[in-house]
Amino acid sequence: MPILVDKNTKVICQGITGKAGSFHAQQCLEYGTQLVGGVTPKKGGTSVGTIPVFDTVKEAVSRTGANASMIYVPAPFALAAIREAVEAGIKLLVVITEGIPTLDMVRATELAKSAGARIIGPNCPGIISSGECKIGIMPGYIHKKGRVGVVSRSGTLTYEAVWQLTAAGLGQSTSLGIGGDPIIGTGFIDALELFEKDPQTEAVMMIGEIGGSQEEEAAAYIKKNMKKKVAAFIAGMTAPKGKRMGHAGAIISGSSGTAQEKIETLESNGVRVVRNLSEIGSTLKSFF
Amino acid sequence: MKLQEYQARQLLAQYDVPSSRGEVVFEAGQAAAVFARVANPTCFAKVQVQMGGRGKAGGVKRVTSAREAEEFAAKFLGKPFSTYQSAGQSVTVRSVLLTEDIPIQNELYLGIVIDRSHGKPVILFSKEGGVEIEEVASKNPDAIKKIHFSPTALPVAEDVFRVLKPLFPEEGISRQIADIAAKLAKLFVEKDASIVEINPLIISPDKKVYAVDAKMVFDDNALFRHEDIKAMKDPDEEDERERLAKSFGLSYVSMSGNVGCLVNGAGLAMATMDMIKLAGGEPANFLDVGGGATADQVREAFKIIVQDERVEAILVNIFGGIMKCDVIAEGVIQASREIKLEVPLVVRLEGTNVEAGRKLLRESGLKIHTCATIKEAADAAVQEAHEFRKSDAHTRR
Repeated sequence: MPILVDKNTKVICQGITGKAGSFHAQQCLEYGTQLVGGVTPKKGGTSVGTIPVFDTVKEAVSRTGANASMIYVPAPFALAAIREAVEAGIKLLVVITEGIPTLDMVRATELAKSAGARIIGPNCPGIISSGECKIGIMPGYIHKKGRVGVVSRSGTLTYEAVWQLTAAGLGQSTSLGIGGDPIIGTGFIDALELFEKDPQTEAVMMIGEIGGSQEEEAAAYIKKNMKKKVAAFIAGMTAPKGKRMGHAGAIISGSSGTAQEKIETLESNGVRVVRNLSEIGSTLKSFF
Repeated sequence: MKLQEYQARQLLAQYDVPSSRGEVVFEAGQAAAVFARVANPTCFAKVQVQMGGRGKAGGVKRVTSAREAEEFAAKFLGKPFSTYQSAGQSVTVRSVLLTEDIPIQNELYLGIVIDRSHGKPVILFSKEGGVEIEEVASKNPDAIKKIHFSPTALPVAEDVFRVLKPLFPEEGISRQIADIAAKLAKLFVEKDASIVEINPLIISPDKKVYAVDAKMVFDDNALFRHEDIKAMKDPDEEDERERLAKSFGLSYVSMSGNVGCLVNGAGLAMATMDMIKLAGGEPANFLDVGGGATADQVREAFKIIVQDERVEAILVNIFGGIMKCDVIAEGVIQASREIKLEVPLVVRLEGTNVEAGRKLLRESGLKIHTCATIKEAADAAVQEAHEFRKSDAHTRR
């Protein structure tokens, strides 16, 4: 059993009639995801490929029994879309949209928390349980069902790690991108906790980057609570201070948030840190 | 997006936060008249730049006469300014702020930031003002009072007052600070700030609390709903290439090395820079073309990279997800032809439509070094840069 999503997960796509939404909804469907519907206000009754479109999340849920939503709604309207999904009873919201105002995400995480729902993202590639369910924008074919759980703040860097794990013959249980923004719905610790409990996952690859202190908090958590082996990679050894490196969350402020500091904390807590990006596959292989 | 101090003060005034009086001048000729209006009887003159360490670099001075104020303005306006914190970069000073010289009894710190681990904004208060809050946080973390709040339920002065009351013998001081904190929280939420900081907040001998400096940073993602903040943007503070990149939807940060890079995804872009360093080279830039870049964007990205004369090789590292490798390959080929690329080019493609992409590169007839892994690509780029430096091509540029 992978974590959070599997072959039984029923997914709708909010913002399905947009360019990214329609393309990726169909890609997910092709991968084997039960992509049962889409939502775009005023486009109800139409369809995207074979996927029926509804006006509201509430209608989509009652007609399809969906329990997860993949959200591509543009940033200015994302908070309203999240609210709509939470109010319709959706328990897993995968928010792909990038550029959502930080305070809107504070509001969104408060909403989700009070309703017992989980947000993954925003500004993330999504989540995929290899061979079962893909909710997001990752290229499906690089994934292979297997033993390693992957959790990452970055998109393309996750693909790089997944590709190496597949090439090394290890495969993945579930891979999720938690997003590069300052406020996110699901953090490293949430994912690590789920991976620790998941029987399919035998080891975890964690990919962090400069900024914030999530990696340091995860390091302490791993030492205290995890029996499974964890390896980590931290991007941004060469990043200058005070500059935003693409992700809104990737900025070194003062002397905190540096890659060096994160690597030292992880290592002192018993986490194997991969220094050379091309050695992710071989490092994980050495765990077995 | 960061504001200049004088702009931040305008917002403080809008939210009714008591501040030392101040006026900004853009020409030295205006300084004498402003001095006459704000001096009591002296003034502080401050260059308006967005970098730390301004005071140590001579950019803040107490001036005692209209003539001295004018001399200060003339000395800095229109000239480049840098500090020990600006890492060798300088900006042109466009304005000078003159503020009244309020006598100070105590310096305090008051700020609001987003606390990522709590997922909420937090009011930070410390009796140790005038120094960097990071310094206080590392030396004496208990000296910082924290009050978290939700953007949907703004804190009122009374909430803050309860926390501050034990800190001051005079209740009136705590009340004034709490009142300012509540106003700042309102500003923070209504304007989508990411940092609002008053350092120092001062207590005058007559027990009044004033802001005498202000630093504000706003959420770039929320500027679409704040035309007033957007209008305050200072183009002089941005690196020319960074601004150009932004206009094409690219994210670029200038660095000091010789290997230019073009990557999709911020994390992979940073990791690629790290790999260049591991291979013994230095990255010339961070450049993320984003998840859904077009051939046009790739071409513009190339143009921006080669504008940097320090670049002696370019490394393209693309892991195609949304972005298809054949589209990238086309962009790379078009760009190399169009700008008559002279520096060596190393390309590593992986992901969606990778075979089609590699085929296009092979059949382009261009001298492109293709690699299968990121390690090979980084090693090759560093090596190529080294050889380019030794070759004639470099001296001809």
